[in-house]
This record gives sequence, C-alpha cells and structure tokens, in this order.
Amino acid sequence: MRRPNRTPERAEHRCLIDGSRLIVESLARSGADVFVGYPITPANLIYAYGFKRVPVAIAAPDEITALQWMAGFSACGRIPITATSFPGFALMIESIGMAHMMELPMVVILAQRLGPATGSATAGAQGDLLLLHGMISGGYAVPVLCPADFTDCWELSSLAVHTAVRLRSPVVLLTSRETVMTQRDFDLGRLPDLTAAERVLYSGPDPYEPYTPEENLVPAFLPVGNDRHQVRLTASTHGRRGVHESVAAEALANTARLQGKVIANLPEFTKFELDEQDGSETIVVAWDVTALAARQAVARLRSRGRRVSLLVPKTLSPIPPIYTEVLARYARVVIAEENLTGQLRLILFGCAGRPGLVGVNAIGRMVSPGDIITAVKEQ
Amino acid sequence: MSGRFLTDSPLPFCGGCGHGLVVRNTAKALERLGVSPLDVVLVTDIGCHGIIDGHFLTHTVHGLHGRAVALAAGIAAGLPETKTVLVYVGDGGAVIGLQHLVEAAHHNFDMTVIVHSNMLYGMTGGQPSGATPCGYRTPSCPAGKAEPGYDLCQRVHSAGAASARRVIGKGDFSDVIVEAMTTPGFAMVEVMEHCSSYGVKHNPERSLEAIVRDAELSMEPLRNPVTKPFRIESRGEALSLLAIDPIDRRFRAGLDRRISILLGGSAGEGVQVAAETFARAAIAAGLSATKKGIYPVTVGVGYSVAEIILSPEPILYAAAITPDLVALTSLDGFKYYQRVITEMRSGHILMDEELPGPVTNATVTRADIRRPAGKRGAALYALALLARQHRLFPTAALVEESARGRLAGKLDISHLLSQPDKEDA
Repeated sequence: MRRPNRTPERAEHRCLIDGSRLIVESLARSGADVFVGYPITPANLIYAYGFKRVPVAIAAPDEITALQWMAGFSACGRIPITATSFPGFALMIESIGMAHMMELPMVVILAQRLGPATGSATAGAQGDLLLLHGMISGGYAVPVLCPADFTDCWELSSLAVHTAVRLRSPVVLLTSRETVMTQRDFDLGRLPDLTAAERVLYSGPDPYEPYTPEENLVPAFLPVGNDRHQVRLTASTHGRRGVHESVAAEALANTARLQGKVIANLPEFTKFELDEQDGSETIVVAWDVTALAARQAVARLRSRGRRVSLLVPKTLSPIPPIYTEVLARYARVVIAEENLTGQLRLILFGCAGRPGLVGVNAIGRMVSPGDIITAVKEQ
Repeated sequence: MSGRFLTDSPLPFCGGCGHGLVVRNTAKALERLGVSPLDVVLVTDIGCHGIIDGHFLTHTVHGLHGRAVALAAGIAAGLPETKTVLVYVGDGGAVIGLQHLVEAAHHNFDMTVIVHSNMLYGMTGGQPSGATPCGYRTPSCPAGKAEPGYDLCQRVHSAGAASARRVIGKGDFSDVIVEAMTTPGFAMVEVMEHCSSYGVKHNPERSLEAIVRDAELSMEPLRNPVTKPFRIESRGEALSLLAIDPIDRRFRAGLDRRISILLGGSAGEGVQVAAETFARAAIAAGLSATKKGIYPVTVGVGYSVAEIILSPEPILYAAAITPDLVALTSLDGFKYYQRVITEMRSGHILMDEELPGPVTNATVTRADIRRPAGKRGAALYALALLARQHRLFPTAALVEESARGRLAGKLDISHLLSQPDKEDA
C-alpha cells in the first residue's frame, strides 16, 4: 500500500487554488490508484490533475467504457476513480448499477452543471441529487458525499475512498462547477494528514465466497485472478457464490443486503455541519456551494439580531436520520439549492412537504445570501 | 467427467445449440495450454452463452449486455501476463459493444474474445442482430434480413487486432482457440452457429456452411504485426499537487471592504493569467481573494473575462452581483459586459481609450492601456491601474507576483508603473 504523501508544509501555506486540485490530491493520498478519464466540462481540471497525480491514468473512449474499465480494474484490486458531469454520468449509470451489484469499490466524481440535457456546460447547478437517489433499479442507496467548501474537498474525497473500500461499493462525490473551477485563497497548512485506505483481503481457511457478508454486512474482498480461491462476480441476482439464482431466497437476501450494508454503515460516513442558535425557530438548509451563501446569510441575519440555525448536509445518500430529527425541531425550514424544483426538499419531505417549509431556488446563477435572507425574513 | 475447467453439471443449452460445443472446445483448449483454472478469468456477456459462468471452475465475471469486452479490458490491463482473460459474447452483444471491440483491438488488450455468432438474439425470441447476414430469417423478420451483417473479424482486424479468425462451430476447433489464447494481445474467434430454436426452424433448407458462404464471410485468419499488449503501468510516486509556492503575506492592503472586479478582454490576451496574478497579489497583501474565468468553449477566440472578489474578511459567496470595478481592455470584453455596465448605478469603469463610449451611471475612465502594455499586457496593466487608483494593495505586490509562476520572464509591467507603490506589511 502506498504511503501517504505528506503536505509539504504544516505552517501557514496560503495559495490560490481550485477545488479540483484538492479533490484529486486527496483521492490519490487516500489510495485511489487508477484515474480513468473521459473529458467533460466542468470536470476538465479534475481530468488534468488526475493525469498528473494518480499513479495510473488512462483515457477512455467514452463514459460507458470508462466505467467498465474501472469495474475491471476494481475487480483486480485497484481503486479506480473518474470525473464527469451529467451527460457523461447518464451514460455511466447502468455500469454503476453493475458495480453496485458486483460490489466493486470505486469513486465517481459528478461535477454538476446546468441542464436539462446538454444545457450550459460552463454554468453551475445542483440538479443531479434526485437522480442519485433513484439511479439504482429498486432504489438502492449508493453513498453520496458532497463537499461544501475546500476543506470538505480534502476530507470528503478521502472519506469517499475509504467508504468505497470499506463498503465494497461505488461512491459518488457530488460537486459542482463553482467548487471545481473557481479559485480561492486557501491555507494548505490547515489540511489534516490523510491515510490511505487499507485493503483487507480474505485470508480464511474455507473456500472463498465472494458474497458471504462479514459482521458489517460487507463481504471480504479477493481480486479476480488470485491464485488461492475462485472469485465469481456477477451483475445478475445471485447468492453467496456469485452465480445467478433468479429469485431464490438466498439471492434475494443478498440483494436486500446491498441496501442493508449501506444503511448499517451509514454512521461511518455521515458528515454534516449543524450550527444551531438557541431560541431559533428557523433553520436554513443548504448543500454544495450554496452552503457558502447560506453561511454568509446566517451570519448577516444574526448580526442583525435574527435568530436562525444552519444545517449543511454533506452525506446526501442515504439521508442520515439525524437530518430529519434536527429539522423536526424547527417551525420553519428554508432549503436553498441551485435548481428549479427543490431536489433536497423533495427527498426530505416529499411532494406533501410540511408546514413552514420554504424553498429558495435559482437556475443559471448561484443562490445568493440575499435570496436566503429574503426568504427567512418573509416567513 | 468435465476436466479441470468445468463442473460436472449438464450444460444449460438447448439441444443442438452450438454454444455447448464452444464451451467444450474452450475447456479443451485450456487443458492443452496447461494453465490452472485460477490463472483464467472468464468474462461473459448477456445472452444464452452468458449463463455458462456457473459451470466454469475459473474465475468468472458476468456483466452487462454488450459490455463484457470493456469490462474484460480493465481486468486484462490490471492482471499480470501470466493470467488468461477470456471473453464470451454473442453476435448481438458484439454489435452493441462494437466500439468496445474496436477499442480493445486498437489498444491491444491481452484477451481472447470468443463470439458465439448464432446470427440472432436467442434469449429474447430470435430478433436479428447487426451481424445477422442478409436474407437470414428469424421469427421477427420472416422475410429475411434486408441488409448485410457486420463482418466482425474485418472490423477488429482493421482496428489492429493481433488475430481474428472465423470458424464453423462444428467438431473440434480447440486448436483455433489455443492459437488465439497464445497470441500476445487481442485475439478474436468468431464461432458461426445456427440457433437450434429459432435459426434452424426459420431457415430449414440452408446449412450453416451455406449461410456463411452466401454471406461471403471469410474463414481466412486475419493477422496484424504482433505488438506489446497493453497493461497499466504505475508511474510511481508523483509530485504532490499541493507542492506549490506559498504566497507570503508581505504587503499591506488598503482595502477595507469586500469588492468585486470584472475584467473583460479577449482570448489569447492573458486575461485569465492576469486575473490569477492579481488575486495572488491581493493574497500577498493579506486579502482574501476569489477568481473565476468565463470564456466560450472555443477558448482561442472571442471574449475572455474574469470575475475577481477581494475582501479583508474570508469570502464565502463568490459571485459579483453588482460590480464595484470594471476593467475593459478589448472590444470582446466590452461587448460581453455591455449589459452589466449599462445597469451599473455606481462604481468605476476603466477602459481602453479606443473602445466605444458606454452608457452607464458608473464613473468611466478612458486610458491608454493597450498601446503601452501591448495586447498581452493590457489586462494586467489595467488591473494594476485599478489597484493603484483605488488603493486596493500596493502595485509592487502585482509586479512581484507577475515575476513568479506562469508570467515569469514573459511579462513585466513594472516599467509602466514607473514607481510601483510599495508598502510592506
């Protein structure tokens, strides 16, 4: 296993940097060892950095091939990563479902841009969250982590690799144009050291069954081609041996386990920021880059004497139960996101909504602190 | 007894189906190669042939329809050359994944693809595939397929396959499979079959050999010069992406509030680098800074503009709703921001004197920018003038930062600033 590459300096190290650089460096230090690239705006910087930094980088001819190659690398014991935006991600979905079913670790970075369809490649958006909640046939959860700022780019990218390996699962790192392309001043000296994800291979005395779960519901891993045990991987409904068994009880139990393992291990990758103010009856909820506008809005409201709390969810699939527990404490919930339909709002509260629920939405531009302040004041 | 490579279970194919023969010839070929079952990875596609994985005692991977070749490519590239990667795919899957075949041949991934070419989709009721020959009848095209099928061997051969060969799926063709598996790099064997459930019934008067002959599908082996098979190779420890020079805080900023600055210029005139340099200079003066670039996808033509925010406090929301300062160095930049500057009620616009006069309530200064600085220096010079006039930070910071990084040795505006402002932190 590669040793973690230490940050050059631990003292203050100010620089002008983009989130893509932090994401790729973090993924590489955390053990990602193959970058499979197919270019698309706004993920181009990630591609460029991937080819500079990741030990193996290979250009795929299209996004379907990219994910299939990644699945092959993953089956061999590598930790592959790629980066794309919606048009490419749409092509990857069937293969992500395959990797989910085969239980192959990998990280897919989804840099959101303005849709529908080709939309505007260079405009930001937060339009793909709902898709991520329904992309696996049957509605099974794939872990989704979403950085709100540059520190998150560092920490959540690492968590994405660790989660992919620990859960034997694809993980989506959800981000957007502003985070991966806008340059900001940032102090690298603030970044914590990262550790590379440790691959624990099956070493038991019994014949290996690729889908026999351990205590945490995750099966032990062995790469295909190993010299000790036969490995069977399949995208078809299967039991412990990895052979298609249609609707046999063991196969269905294994399928249900796919959801169970993600839920059971959710506390290990639950990340959120909760800034509650005593006496507040309103809470602002914002994810991705809108969280920055929300922080600014909340600070300004408080400076004017308005009591308001803030929730920045960073684990966006599955939804940790703590989110709804927190929100239930507030009479008013203001959810700000850069899309037209309020995707997190729908995921949290459905079509029925709830009393006191307000959406702050925009397309083609970032939600501004002023948008959020207005919504809070109007309640 | 099924040998070392197959279980004892009966094969799951219809009576008379050629798939069973492909399986037995594969197992025989593997026996002849003398490899261990754990040295072999069999990747199967979707289709009747794909239900065989549970019968093989090798490693097995069963993926998506049409994608087995791409999945196997990742495996082949990730394993050492001592391992054998076999792919089973049908003619339907081969056509769905034709690009995967072409790409695998082109890259020379080290694998052997065996196409079970039974001229239709057997699993879904006998629809023709892209490889079904002209005139071949299936349940869904009883009059016969109207157009010729793809010659899969020719396709992969022209893409660079080390070896491609078609065989009639009868008798013992294990030597052809052995030859393919011992070929370094990408090899394909297309086994011609006649689906016993749908093909024979709808084409009762035609033999398999006659169908293949009438379709002018050649049995001649196709070879390209042997080249090194593709395998991923680690480049070793790469330089950290964070190994970038720190920006020391060594100047004192004059700015005491957040401001946003728009820089409008043309592609190829150093607008983005100038904006980055300006932001770095601001950081050197202790300010917080953000910079985003905006330009068309055709990066070499048209506008190139940048949005910069500076603040003595950390910047969270990084967008300029109403700009405070605007620098315009070319007509492209002027046109891009024309609506924005028309709507400005206050603030300052600095523009090259050759540009048209704007309609705006902002203060406008027209200056000689492009002529003394040149088109590649105009953006940085304009920003320097704004920094000086509005006392954002000392222009010495800009001169120093432009002497580092991407502008080092390429652009020096210090002579234009006769005496750069310098106020140490």
